[in-house]
Amino acid sequence: MRFRALARIVCFFLWCVSMLAGAQAQEELLRTTSEAGNRGGNLVIAQRSEPRTFNPVTAVDQNSFGVNARMQADLIHINRVTQKTEPALAKSWTASKDGTQFTVKLRQGLKFSDGAPFDADDVLFSFKVYLDEAVHSPQRDLLIIGGKPMVVQKVDEYTVRFIFSAPYSAAERVFDSLAMLPRHLLEKDYQEGKINQAWALNTPPDKIAGLGAFRLKQVIPGERVLLERNPNYWKIDAKGQRLPYLDQLTFVVVPSQDAQVIRFQAGDSQIISGLSAENYAVLEPEQQTRHFKLYDAGPGLEYNFLMFNLNDDTEGRLPEVVRKQKWFRDVRFRQAVSAAIDRGAIVRLVYRNRGVGLATHVSPGNRAWYDAAVAVPVRSLDKARELLKTAGFSWKDGNTLVDSSGQPVEFTILVSSSNTQRGQIATLVQEDLKAIGIAAHVVPMEGRSANDRVLNSHDYEAIVMGLVSGDADPTPDMNVLMSNAQTHLWHLNEKSPATPWEAEIDQLMQKQLVTLDYQKRKKIYDRVQEVLAQQLPVVYLASPDILVGAQEDLGNFRPAIIEQYTFWNADELFWHTPAGRH
Amino acid sequence: MKLPFADRSADRSHKKAGVRGSARFKLTWAIWFLVAIHAVVVLAGFFAPYNYETQDREHPYAAPTKIHFVDCAGKFHLRPFVYATRNDDGSVIGYNEDCSQPAKVGIFVHGDEYSIVGVHSTRHLFGVQSPASIFLMGTDGFGRDQFSRLLYGGQVSLFAGFVAASFSALVGLLLGGIAGMYGGRVDDIAMRLAEIFITVPWFYFLIAVRAFLPLQISPVVAFLLVIAVIGVVGWGRPARLVRGVVLSARERNFVLAARGFGASNSYLLRRHLMPLTFRVMLTQMAVLIPQFILAEVILSFLGLGVGEPFPSWGNMLARAQQYNVLVSYWWMLLPGLAPVPVFLAYHSLAETLQERIKSNI
Repeated sequence: MRFRALARIVCFFLWCVSMLAGAQAQEELLRTTSEAGNRGGNLVIAQRSEPRTFNPVTAVDQNSFGVNARMQADLIHINRVTQKTEPALAKSWTASKDGTQFTVKLRQGLKFSDGAPFDADDVLFSFKVYLDEAVHSPQRDLLIIGGKPMVVQKVDEYTVRFIFSAPYSAAERVFDSLAMLPRHLLEKDYQEGKINQAWALNTPPDKIAGLGAFRLKQVIPGERVLLERNPNYWKIDAKGQRLPYLDQLTFVVVPSQDAQVIRFQAGDSQIISGLSAENYAVLEPEQQTRHFKLYDAGPGLEYNFLMFNLNDDTEGRLPEVVRKQKWFRDVRFRQAVSAAIDRGAIVRLVYRNRGVGLATHVSPGNRAWYDAAVAVPVRSLDKARELLKTAGFSWKDGNTLVDSSGQPVEFTILVSSSNTQRGQIATLVQEDLKAIGIAAHVVPMEGRSANDRVLNSHDYEAIVMGLVSGDADPTPDMNVLMSNAQTHLWHLNEKSPATPWEAEIDQLMQKQLVTLDYQKRKKIYDRVQEVLAQQLPVVYLASPDILVGAQEDLGNFRPAIIEQYTFWNADELFWHTPAGRH
Repeated sequence: MKLPFADRSADRSHKKAGVRGSARFKLTWAIWFLVAIHAVVVLAGFFAPYNYETQDREHPYAAPTKIHFVDCAGKFHLRPFVYATRNDDGSVIGYNEDCSQPAKVGIFVHGDEYSIVGVHSTRHLFGVQSPASIFLMGTDGFGRDQFSRLLYGGQVSLFAGFVAASFSALVGLLLGGIAGMYGGRVDDIAMRLAEIFITVPWFYFLIAVRAFLPLQISPVVAFLLVIAVIGVVGWGRPARLVRGVVLSARERNFVLAARGFGASNSYLLRRHLMPLTFRVMLTQMAVLIPQFILAEVILSFLGLGVGEPFPSWGNMLARAQQYNVLVSYWWMLLPGLAPVPVFLAYHSLAETLQERIKSNI
């Protein structure tokens, strides 16, 4: 009898231990430090168009990213406000001393939104898909380090090791926004070679699952996408309440920014981002009466520039461009153009003082990497004239700039007709260049046609355009700065660096990639900025502030300068009075 | 004792005289107005206080300048003056008048250089001394004077309409005349072609044709292209009218008599028939010109006309497409009103001419 009783006690003890262990595996949650809020309510967000896909492997547009990122989660996440990495699905990670190995410990006991468990096999599957050349995932390029794809190994059920062929300074950041895919739902599609077709807009919501704060509820094509709260989400607040707070997220399609402003004014949408300074000025006086609040998050990572066509015309199709490239390729000409442009006027007139002039592609908004020692050029017509003189240019008939062969300096500046602000910049540049005798003609063109000319036909002379850095880290900029990069816009398809300074930039960017110490990396990147400011492959102009707004009742609203500016922390957003937000 | 019949007759003749007087007044008014407005537009450099591309970057979206007769101290001045404005509140576009800097509005003042048919000058009808500015219709986002740009813009819009209408009328006259004179297969071909051009939805056709043309063209070429496109589309209706006139006139006695004396078809057309189409064509021109001005305004509004920095009434209005401009700067809508008096004048002209033709018939 005693033995039986003892056995019962032991059994009970073992059961308790196993239950506790099980409970621990299920509840390895992340506790947030933000303000604890109230559960409930719906948040309406306006987007320019509906997402093209719910498949994170193939999504390339911001509208898809915006929706998908709410339904999916990554291993390590970049906090959009601090611009630093923080744990997400990975509870911790360690890097080897030589920087070539990265070991990630996963949170245990997490579940996808459909209730299936998450473990190392899902991570392995996800990276297998991303790295598969046949899938053509846009994320693949980021996972190629030192020319070789990273190797992913399963250490145990909740530990994964990533092995790089060379030290990788931005290893932590590469995991941001890489959604961990549910193997149980997508493996069949992958094996059948149909992964690219999976999770389209017409896929039933119950066939789509993720580890994000929300899950798909309904799609009304061309009109709206509704997401509902994921009950299995792995974050809790300071009070132990499981996130997200909101019951529902609604993405409505509002194609133009003006229409978005009107919808926001009317309260039809409760968050607005990407506001132009002019629309910001319209909304500003209405903040109190309409109960919303506007925010100027400061200069973003967008940089606008004037770019000359420096491509080689190997087929002899563009003799006129080639003739003008004699000017464009002379650094003194580019420096003179830069000196003649009034960046202050661009900031004042186009951005209503809600922006900054730029010396390079790095804006002051990128706090960790901006080199304040590289001065933003101040307009100096004397300097511009001096530079042009030394380059062999002269003036005739009063103020017409002519080159050494007596040809007047005249070129066209393309600009996307759909981007009002860039159109305004082009007009200001045109007027500024007139002051040094350059006749520039602004040619507004449909955005895709203009991009096609830049990327494919190379049939343009100069263009005002803009790019947005994907991250505050220097590494994504390699896509533009490296001479062999796919978007080395001013001179595409360079087989080897065309100039000594491009060779230097190549070398510096490679060096920063394998340098693990921040201070050393910063020095290297400062030098990159110096070279760019000196050589001006493109004439950097200005960066607008990130201007956003939200209903004043929305809690934990913390706008950032990295996409998505306003709802990157949708899991933490809450209504102070959720009752009226259905 | 007066006969009732005599009374009615007298009344009718008085009424007729009254109607004729009113029509004459309308015609005179319309012609003088159109002459005046075209003259002002041709001499835009003189009448405008600034050049169309001069940017005052310290004054983007400045409201129309207030012209004063009473100064800040309450003292009356016979000569109008303005105050210099400055931006005090840091909002970039909020301006306050500076009472310490008055500037009298001068006549025949020196300013930006301009050229009228090759004659260069710097003298303007009116203006003020710097640092003050006179923006009668405010400024745009680059600080460019809207009034000056409106006058220069008229050069594009008004003359695009006029030249395109002349082109249409000429083609219509030629093809309509030939069709009416020769009849048969020539008539069939010319009229079917005219019907095709009449039934084509001109607006979409204009956009399609413009889209096929190269985008990288100089503003002058763009202007000529717009004229050519509008003109080519519009010749159908005048051609049909001319054909009708020629068709009926060629059976009239004096034409038959001339033919009897051995006059050739081309002689008849040139000497006897074309002069009969003069009034019809004049009326047609008065109808077509405002239509074609509107076509140019629409094309430029959509960005298919002349480009920056050259103004036209259409591209000036284009900025008002933006919500913030629409709700914040009412003066940016003024270019939309500019064609209204011009259209009214042309319509008065067309109406009066038509009445005259009817009364002659």
